[in-house]
Amino acid sequence: MEFAFTAEQQMIGETARSWFAQAATSARTRAAMAGDGMDAALWSGFCRELGLSGVALPEHRSGAGLGLVELAIIAEAAGAQVAAMPLLGHAVVARAIAAGGSDAQQAHWLPRLIGGETLAAAALDAEVTADDDALTGSARLVPHGGNAGLFLVSRTNQAWLVPAGAGVTAHTPVTMDQTRPLATITLNAAAAEPLADSAAALATAQTTGWVVLAAEGLGVAQAALDRTVAYAKDRVQFGRAIGSFQAYKHRLADMMIAIEQARSAVYWAACAMDEGSDEAVLALHAAKSFAADTAFKCAADMIQLHGGIGFTWEHDAHLFFKRARSLQTMMGSGAWHREQVARMVLGDVA
Amino acid sequence: MKLGFSAADEAFRAECADWLQGQMAGEFADIKGITKLTAKPERRREWEQQLAEHGWACIGWPKAWGGRDATLAQQVIFAEEYARADVPGRVNHIGVELAGPTILAFGSDEQKQRFLPGIAAGKTIWCQGFSEPNAGSDLASVRTRARLDGEEWVVNGQKIWTSLAHISDWIFVVTRSEEGSAGPKGLTFLMMNLHQPGIEVRPIRQINGDAEFNETFFTDARCPADSLIGAVGDGWRIAMGLLAFERGVSTLGQQMGFRNELDGIIAAAKANGAAQDPLIRQRIAQAEIGLRLMRYGALRMLSQTDHSAIGGAALTYKIQWASWRRSLGELAMDVLGQAGEVSAHADYEWDMLPNLFLYSRADTIYGGTNQIQRNLIAERGLGMPREPRGQA
Ligand SMILES: Cc1cc2nc3c(=O)[nH]c(=O)nc-3n(C[C@H](O)[C@H](O)[C@H](O)COP(=O)(O)OP(=O)(O)OC[C@H]3O[C@@H](n4cnc5c(N)ncnc54)[C@H](O)[C@@H]3O)c2cc1C
Repeated sequence: MEFAFTAEQQMIGETARSWFAQAATSARTRAAMAGDGMDAALWSGFCRELGLSGVALPEHRSGAGLGLVELAIIAEAAGAQVAAMPLLGHAVVARAIAAGGSDAQQAHWLPRLIGGETLAAAALDAEVTADDDALTGSARLVPHGGNAGLFLVSRTNQAWLVPAGAGVTAHTPVTMDQTRPLATITLNAAAAEPLADSAAALATAQTTGWVVLAAEGLGVAQAALDRTVAYAKDRVQFGRAIGSFQAYKHRLADMMIAIEQARSAVYWAACAMDEGSDEAVLALHAAKSFAADTAFKCAADMIQLHGGIGFTWEHDAHLFFKRARSLQTMMGSGAWHREQVARMVLGDVA
Repeated sequence: MKLGFSAADEAFRAECADWLQGQMAGEFADIKGITKLTAKPERRREWEQQLAEHGWACIGWPKAWGGRDATLAQQVIFAEEYARADVPGRVNHIGVELAGPTILAFGSDEQKQRFLPGIAAGKTIWCQGFSEPNAGSDLASVRTRARLDGEEWVVNGQKIWTSLAHISDWIFVVTRSEEGSAGPKGLTFLMMNLHQPGIEVRPIRQINGDAEFNETFFTDARCPADSLIGAVGDGWRIAMGLLAFERGVSTLGQQMGFRNELDGIIAAAKANGAAQDPLIRQRIAQAEIGLRLMRYGALRMLSQTDHSAIGGAALTYKIQWASWRRSLGELAMDVLGQAGEVSAHADYEWDMLPNLFLYSRADTIYGGTNQIQRNLIAERGLGMPREPRGQA
């Protein structure tokens, strides 16, 4: 049985966790929240200093040639700090290009994405019409869309790459999770290159997104628990540490029970994808729904178990809470993912 | 990181499956699929002996004592295949999984010689005398007294909820051997022959109509002076060691049995149309996801190189499976609808799914209730302060 991290994976985890803890501080995240929702220095540090932006991308395109397990390890670490950086769009678009881009598209875009020169966002399910190689229409709720230099735009089974520039405008409304603003992208005869294999690109975009979101959720949940545990030991009421009250400690236990399952879910899904297991799709639906729900439960409990301080803007609990909320809805709600599982186990009954 | 078992383990799986399925298709076809632990006790004893004769009774034990030195992964595989082949539960699981490992870990050589061969041969059935009317979750408050009288211990008191005592041969008992002592001090762990006039076993009927557990009364019951494991007064340490086996790996392979139950629910839902109800579909998906996560949680534990380290997954496993299965019972009834509330059998006997609904209420009680599990998780896993003790 080797359903455990290898020494190399452990090292990636340790490196990523300590880097994010040091770099993605609350102060820096809040500065990004007050600005455009992205800590640009954090992202360039991630790409250049830490060098993990190519983790699940092919080596001959400047990637590290590792898999989704490693990507999940990194997304978990980023989630634990609610880092204000465009990892989701980057991973989704870069892996989609690696899966469905032509040779030239891969050679052109991947090194730029990995090096941090170009920042990508995914505008999936856009309402666009194509006229030769020009797209017109719009896409809503594009994560970090206001920061991107390259868009992966899709409509049903077709996918294009659209560089920011003439005919492309982004508007970012106030977004509840200010660490990942959701932009509206308007295209007006914007120059678009169709991807060589749209189906492959979109399938990869989807599975990559689910893994990243699920892993972020795991990181959010564990961090919410860790921070609440620290508070429970510290804060005294009625002459005892609040963590000594059974109603309180049982809630912490329930958080841990859910988190352990979420951890199994995330790494089962990532590993099943890497191995091409026939359980992989079921595992992805399980991981996305379970981990996002766990993140929400833990972040919500974090607020409750902190009392009044947990309701303040100053405390970080709301960062976890808002990120968790968006994880639940992004790329399919929990109910939608569970319905996909139900279809798999119940077959065609309607 | 890898999913799945090694090729050698898969070969072992094939060997287990082959033998177990052969037995259930052949000589022991009459006990295939029995879910009640108390049904056909004589045949079930014969089955224990059949397992022993073919080297499958206690595969995790050392070879020297009749086992196979099987790895944890192999033990899980065997448990999975056991359930997949629809083999009924082991009537000697307490002997094999609790008494044996405790004697192996803490017993003297002479005790190993005396007790292990009977368990390994499937001939002596054991039960567990821990709980008392006034000592359940708070096991340390047991009152059953043991007094050394020359060459013998004399035991007086009462145990309760003793599963399978009515078909067992031996019982291990946590007793208070030091008069006036309280709590975990002054306890002694004794092994006693149940077939003696000083011990009376009275079955207790359970909510599903079956009577799997009992009251066990000790009235000047006796056992030789050397029937204790560990030293006099050392009973708490031995009992805790045993509980670690009970909460440890012995349950990791049970998901396959749960799989059978969930498959029963899926089949029922498809048959009666409940499978079209969106809420039922959500719950079936949740159950399926929960089952898979249990399995991968178990595999995560098995993959740890240091099994003595109680990781988070190990600490949370009991409450996870128990709560999952209790919800599964509720789902079963919601799928069946009111039709699930009537039985075609006489004697208040129930088919698998209604019985699951009733029996699974016990899963969150025995082996440490859900509340006790949460205390353990919060205290051992998260470093929260211990529960305060009262004076009584
Ligand atoms: C089917 C079945 C088989 C069993 N088989 C055996 C057996 O073979 N041998 C044996 O020795 N025992 C056996 N038991 C007994 C089992 O171990 C006990 O029932 C269990 O430990 C709970 O003890 P209790 O019943 O005395 O309940 P109590 O300890 O009285 O608990 C009652 C309620 O109070 C709660 N509670 C207690 N303490 C706390 C606390 N500190 N914090 C929060 N809540 C608390 C419990 O969670 C529970 O909800 C069996 C039980 C069942 C149901």
